[in-house]
Amino acid sequence: MHLRKDALEKIISICARYKDEPSPLMLVLSDVQKEYGYIPLEVQEVIAKELNLPVSDIYGVVTFYSFFSLTPKGKYVIGCCIGTACYVKGGQLVLDKFSDLLKIKPGQTTEDGLFTLDALRCIGACGIAPAITINGKVYPKVEVKQVEGIINEYRALEQKGA
Amino acid sequence: MALVNIYIEGKHYQVEEGLTILQAAKACGYKIPSLCTWRNGECSLASCRVCLVAVKGARGLVPACVGRVNEGIEISISDPKAVKARRTNVELLLSNHYFDCKSCKKNGHCELLEVANTVGARPEMYQGAKTPTTKDELAPALIRDTSKCILCGRCIEACKKAQGIGILGFENRGFNTIVAPVQNRSFNNVPCIQCGQCTLVCPTGALMEHNEIDKLDKAFEEGKIVIVQTAPAVRAAIAEEFGEKIGTAGTGKMVAALHRLGFYRVFDTNFGADLTITEEANEFVERFLKGDANPMLTSCSPGWINYIEYYYPELISHLSSCKSPHEMVGAIIKSYYAEKHGLDRNNICVVSIMPCVAKKFEKERPQNSVDGVQDVDVVLTTRELAQLIKRSGIIWNKLPDEEFDDDLIGDYTGAGVIFGATGGVMEAAIRTAHYLVTGKEMEPIEFEPVRGLKGIKEATLNLDGKVIKVAVCSGMRNAKVILDSMKAGTCEYNFVEVMGCPGGCVNGGGQPYVNPAFLPNEDDDILDTYIAKRASVLYKEDENRPIRRSHLNPDIIKLYNDYLEGKYGSHRAHELLHTTYNSNREKYKD
Repeated sequence: MHLRKDALEKIISICARYKDEPSPLMLVLSDVQKEYGYIPLEVQEVIAKELNLPVSDIYGVVTFYSFFSLTPKGKYVIGCCIGTACYVKGGQLVLDKFSDLLKIKPGQTTEDGLFTLDALRCIGACGIAPAITINGKVYPKVEVKQVEGIINEYRALEQKGA
Repeated sequence: MALVNIYIEGKHYQVEEGLTILQAAKACGYKIPSLCTWRNGECSLASCRVCLVAVKGARGLVPACVGRVNEGIEISISDPKAVKARRTNVELLLSNHYFDCKSCKKNGHCELLEVANTVGARPEMYQGAKTPTTKDELAPALIRDTSKCILCGRCIEACKKAQGIGILGFENRGFNTIVAPVQNRSFNNVPCIQCGQCTLVCPTGALMEHNEIDKLDKAFEEGKIVIVQTAPAVRAAIAEEFGEKIGTAGTGKMVAALHRLGFYRVFDTNFGADLTITEEANEFVERFLKGDANPMLTSCSPGWINYIEYYYPELISHLSSCKSPHEMVGAIIKSYYAEKHGLDRNNICVVSIMPCVAKKFEKERPQNSVDGVQDVDVVLTTRELAQLIKRSGIIWNKLPDEEFDDDLIGDYTGAGVIFGATGGVMEAAIRTAHYLVTGKEMEPIEFEPVRGLKGIKEATLNLDGKVIKVAVCSGMRNAKVILDSMKAGTCEYNFVEVMGCPGGCVNGGGQPYVNPAFLPNEDDDILDTYIAKRASVLYKEDENRPIRRSHLNPDIIKLYNDYLEGKYGSHRAHELLHTTYNSNREKYKD
């Protein structure tokens, strides 16, 4: 895969943004993730060159933090919390239900590119456990029987938009 | 250096300020087990947690490899909590280990097993799921087997710090963490130069050379004429494998062992080194006089060739076109030697014993074949030769000293021998270039400025008014400095010797492991001195050779007269002894 010229320039400009930081890698990766939704190897090579780091260092950071992704994410990213509190309150069952209905495992994206399902470890919303987030919007005290409705809500939104 | 007062088990000692607890304890006569430190803390990630000690007043146990001594510190190695913690941490490492020790080629050199014994670990203590494993056997030089990896990170540090490359890294998180090239790829599909420095630091068998003893066995079985050659650096280290002190010359016994292993002829790669010098010095003089040596770079080290091809392809035109010495010997055996003796070149198997793992890769480059027949068929490292000798029941100490076979290409000079140490190729080339430029032999013959272990050495020569600036570097971290200056246009050298491994071939990726835990008769500072000790073997052999200039080797003179059209750099010489490089190598092959 070759990067488009505009993408290449954009990534280089993001790297330049943090050139005076003592440790710019996380800041750069975070901006690239937000800009493109994922950080493939080709992009990591560019960042490696710009920051003068081995590609393996960057790959290590990208695969360490679940915030970073190596593959494109769906339009709607469903984050199901299975941290301790949410797990105890049935977070795993909610996650399994999403997984069943969307026919994908956590970490995967639906074929139509609409949904990505992520399993998260504590999003700091233990008081409203089990919680999920969809593109930043928090759903409190989610029950398994609500899951189908939530998915349909976004599918309807998509149809209206189309 | 200021001294501080420290106490170990209540005993008072004075040590240098700023040392780690591990170093200080060593200076006081204590050995704390550790699996992630290497070379006195050069690589230390504090990842293995095997060196925990109790320090009075500290919140918890302290890893000795990163904790530093301060005035009045009270350390206990025997504290019951520390003893237990060290044992538990090793047991946890073992819980993710597969214990196929019987078939593991690191058996006998395994630091994990040694440390497990030391701390009294019980391997069966913790049992459960194991991290999924990968075995990469695709690369010709190296094998990576994550089932043996303990995630200490030494290889990562060796690749990044010693070589400045950084192929290996930690990947994923928690239980799924592995040490691997990006995307858990094969070494063959990343820009790894296959130098094997990682194999020298790996405490277990997770990183090993690609063993080729089976290939050799097959050649014997098929009734091939198997001819062996040994690189200069091998003789400087092979004796270590049999319990001799580092720095013991093993030339005579090694040749005797090879004679007893069934080889048809035992030759010295030094003949090839001499041939490399006549060709390379001639190429240099031609390029220099044309103004096309700004600088010329040597081409003997296959790890270095991989490096420039992957990372600085735009500078490839600076490389000498000479093949490396063992490839030259292979090419000459399969042409000149075969023809003179009426042997079928297709029925000859050339085996190179090398201090190098990258040579395993090099022999398979398509450029190193003539009419589809590889110049060299099998490359064994010094370590593999030791296995071969042990397997055959040969007792090293009882071997006599024997000479290489004197058969057409048997003679070698002192100039060839010193190829194995950083600066040796340059010194040998200067001896011949001096003659080519001035018509006179260089006196004195030694050229001190290029000797020694400094990362980058430089010198200036004046050959009858022609000023030549030379430099010598080893380790890719140092080569990078010179390559960057070439790119920036600030490089003033005419001739640069580059060796892939720090210290040159004597410290090659295929050389015996230097691990103090297994070397009770060596001095404490052996990790700082072993490279120089090995190099001194070669300089001594050079001193004692009757002929010390490559162009005066009688077998070389005869080869040129009989076969290579009577002159250096002839058409025939180019066909057989020169190669081409690939400026278009894909870094991340799919």
